[in-house]
Amino acid sequence: MQRPLNPRYLLRKSDIAFVLIALLILLVVATQGHAYYGRLHSKSALDMKQALVRKLGLTDLCLFTEARYTRHLSQADLHTAFQDHPMSLEHFPSGSLLAPPQLLKRKYEKLVP
Amino acid sequence: MKNWFLKQRYLIDYTLAALLRRKGKNLSLLAVYTLVVFLLVSVMLFSHSIKQEASHLLQAAPELVVQRMVAGRHDLVPAAYVEKLGQIRGVQRIEGRLWGYFFDPVVSANYTFMVQSDEQLPAGYIVVGDAIARTRGASRGDVLSFRGYNGQLFSFTIDHTLSHDSGLVSADLVLLNEQDFRGFFGIADGQFTDIALTVRNAREVRKVAEKVALALPDTRPIMRDEILRTYESIFNWREGMILVLLVGGVLAFVIFAWEKASGLSAEERREIGILKAVGWETSDIIRMKFWEGFLISLTAFLCGYLLAYGHIFFFSSALFAQVLKGWAVLYPSFALVPYVDGLQIATLLFLTVFPYAAATVVPIWRAAISDPDTVMR
Amino acid sequence: MIELRAIRKVFNQGRHNEFCALHDVDLSIGENQVTVLRGPSGSGKTTLLSIIGCLSRPTSGRVSLQQRDISGFSERFLTDIRRHTFGFVFQQFNLIKGISVLENVMTPAYPLGLDYAELRQRALALLEQMQLGHRASAPVEWLSGGEAQRAAIARALINDPQVIIADEPTANLDTHLSKRFLEIAERLRERGKTLLLTSHDPLVCESAVVDRVVEMRDGRLV
Repeated sequence: MQRPLNPRYLLRKSDIAFVLIALLILLVVATQGHAYYGRLHSKSALDMKQALVRKLGLTDLCLFTEARYTRHLSQADLHTAFQDHPMSLEHFPSGSLLAPPQLLKRKYEKLVP
Repeated sequence: MKNWFLKQRYLIDYTLAALLRRKGKNLSLLAVYTLVVFLLVSVMLFSHSIKQEASHLLQAAPELVVQRMVAGRHDLVPAAYVEKLGQIRGVQRIEGRLWGYFFDPVVSANYTFMVQSDEQLPAGYIVVGDAIARTRGASRGDVLSFRGYNGQLFSFTIDHTLSHDSGLVSADLVLLNEQDFRGFFGIADGQFTDIALTVRNAREVRKVAEKVALALPDTRPIMRDEILRTYESIFNWREGMILVLLVGGVLAFVIFAWEKASGLSAEERREIGILKAVGWETSDIIRMKFWEGFLISLTAFLCGYLLAYGHIFFFSSALFAQVLKGWAVLYPSFALVPYVDGLQIATLLFLTVFPYAAATVVPIWRAAISDPDTVMR
Repeated sequence: MIELRAIRKVFNQGRHNEFCALHDVDLSIGENQVTVLRGPSGSGKTTLLSIIGCLSRPTSGRVSLQQRDISGFSERFLTDIRRHTFGFVFQQFNLIKGISVLENVMTPAYPLGLDYAELRQRALALLEQMQLGHRASAPVEWLSGGEAQRAAIARALINDPQVIIADEPTANLDTHLSKRFLEIAERLRERGKTLLLTSHDPLVCESAVVDRVVEMRDGRLV
C-alpha cells in the first residue's frame, strides 16, 4: 500500500537517526548526573559505614559468606583454601570470581630482611 | 563546511535505507551487539563501584593485623604475644581480637561472631547483622539459640539489629561480649583470634610489620595497605568467570567483524557498481559504508551502556545476583553507590565503535574502487 | 560537441585473453541531436558509449568535450564532469532495489550536498514529467517495465545534464512502450538536450526522431 506523498512532510531517515542518538546521548549524560547525585546523597551512609568499620575493626566486605577465605578475603593465606584437604579443589562458586589476594603472590621473605 | 554536513546527511540517509532493507538481520545484529556491550559494561560498573566503596570503607580498617599460623593453619594467639608486641616502638595501641565463624544448621548459613572492643554488651545479648535478622526472621527482643562448642544450646537475646544500609560490611555479623564469646566457643582466657595494632605514624607501618615478623616468627602481619590492594584487584579481568565473560565478548565481536568482512554478495557488488555509474566517487561509497558500521556500533554501545547502568544501579545487579550469591545463604543487598570509571567506559566505546566501523568498510573496498563502467559490461 | 580521435580500447592488455574492442575510432557527436550507434552485439557500441560518457577511459586516443581535452583528467575530475554533463539510462535500468522511486531519482545527487527540499522538489517534478508522480513513494520493485525505464530516465535527468546516454533503450520494451520512449526522446531534444543511443532495433533506427545513425561493426565505424 502506498502512502500519499506529502511535499511538506520532509522527515528524513537521517533526522530520525539523529534524534534517537541525541536522545541516547542525553540519557548517558543523565546517568552521570544520577551518579553524581547518588554519591552526594549517600555520603552520610558511607560515613556511617566507615564509622562502623572503624568501631568494629573490620577488615573485609561481607560479600561472599560461603567460605572463610571468601568471607575474609584479605585475611586468607595460600593455605586457607586447602584447610580441609591438600587436594581440595575449588568447589565454591565465588572462588571462580576471586583470586587470592595480590600480596600472596609475593614471597613472605620480602618483609623480613 | 556546511556542504560537507549536508553531504554526510545524504550518505546517512542512503545507508539507513540500505539497513532497513534487511530489517530482521540488522536488528538482531544490533540486539546481540547491545547484549555483549551490556554484559561487559555491567561487569565494569559493578566491579568499579565495589572497589570504590571498598577503598573508601576499608580506610578505617586496622593498620596492622597479626595472625598466628601453626602447620599452615590459623591458630589462636596467646596473651604473651600481645605483651611482646607492646614492646615494639611506634605501636600506639594493641588489641587482642576475638572473632570466628559459626555454621548455623537451621538456615545453613555461616555467621561471623565478633567481640566489640570498646562497648561491652550485657551478658546474653547479641547484636545481629541485617541479613541474619532477615534469614532467621528475627528482630529486637527475639531469642536465638545456637549450639556451642560442647554441643550445649546457648540462647541469646537480640539487643538490636545493624542497619540494612551497612549490609555490605555487616550483613552476617553477630556481636556479643567477651565472656559469652569465650564460653560459646570454648576459648580460654589469655587466648585471642588475632591481634590488631594501631600505629602512630602511617609511614612507620611497614617498619613495625617487619619488627613483628622478626619478634614473632610464627605470625603473619597483614598491613592495611595490603587489605586495600586486595580489594583493588577484586573481580580482576584476568580471573575466573570475568575472564570467561571477557573472552566471550571478544569472540562475539570477532564473529561480527568476520561476518562483515567475509565478502560481498553479488547483489551488494552490483549496487555499488550502480552508485559509481550514477556519479558516486570511491570516497563517497566508503564514507557511506563507514556510517553504517559507525551508527550500528554507536547505537549498540549507547543502548548497552544505558541498560547496564540501569541493571547495576536501579536493579541491584539482578542478573549477577545468582552468580554472586553462589552457595551463600547470607548476602548483602547489592544496592551500590554509583561510581563510573569514565576512562574505562571511554576505552570500551572506542574499542566497540571504530574497529567495527572499519570492519564494515574493508569488504567493500574492492568494489568501491572498481571502474564505474562495470555495470555496463 | 563531443569529439573522439583515434580511439582504441583494449581489454586485458598483455594477457592471453587480450581483446581489442575498438580500433581507431573517429567520431563527432553533434549538440542537440539524437544520434544512434547501430550494430550487432560485439560491435563495440557499448564500449564506445561508456568512453563517450566518461565512464571509462580509452587505451589510446583523445576525447574532447566542448573543445576541452578531457583525456588526461583524474578520476575525481572526470567523475565530476560526468555528473554534470551526462545522464545514463542503462539497458537493465539498474535502479537500486529496496528504496523508493523518489529516493532512486535523488541518489545521483547525494554526493553534491544540495539543499534537501529543493532536491526533492526537483526529483518530484521530473517524475511528474515522466507521468510517474503517483509512484514516487513506491518501492522500485513494484514498477512495470515501462515505468521502470521512465524512472531511470528521470534519474538520469536529476543533475540536469546536457547529454542523455541510453544503452539499448527499447530492448526490454514492447512496440507501444518503445514508441512512448521515442516520444520522450523527442521532448528531450526539444528542451535542448543531446541524446546518444545504442540500438539494433529498427523501430529506433528508422524513427523520424533520430538525426543520425552511426553504423558499427567489429569495433570500427562503417
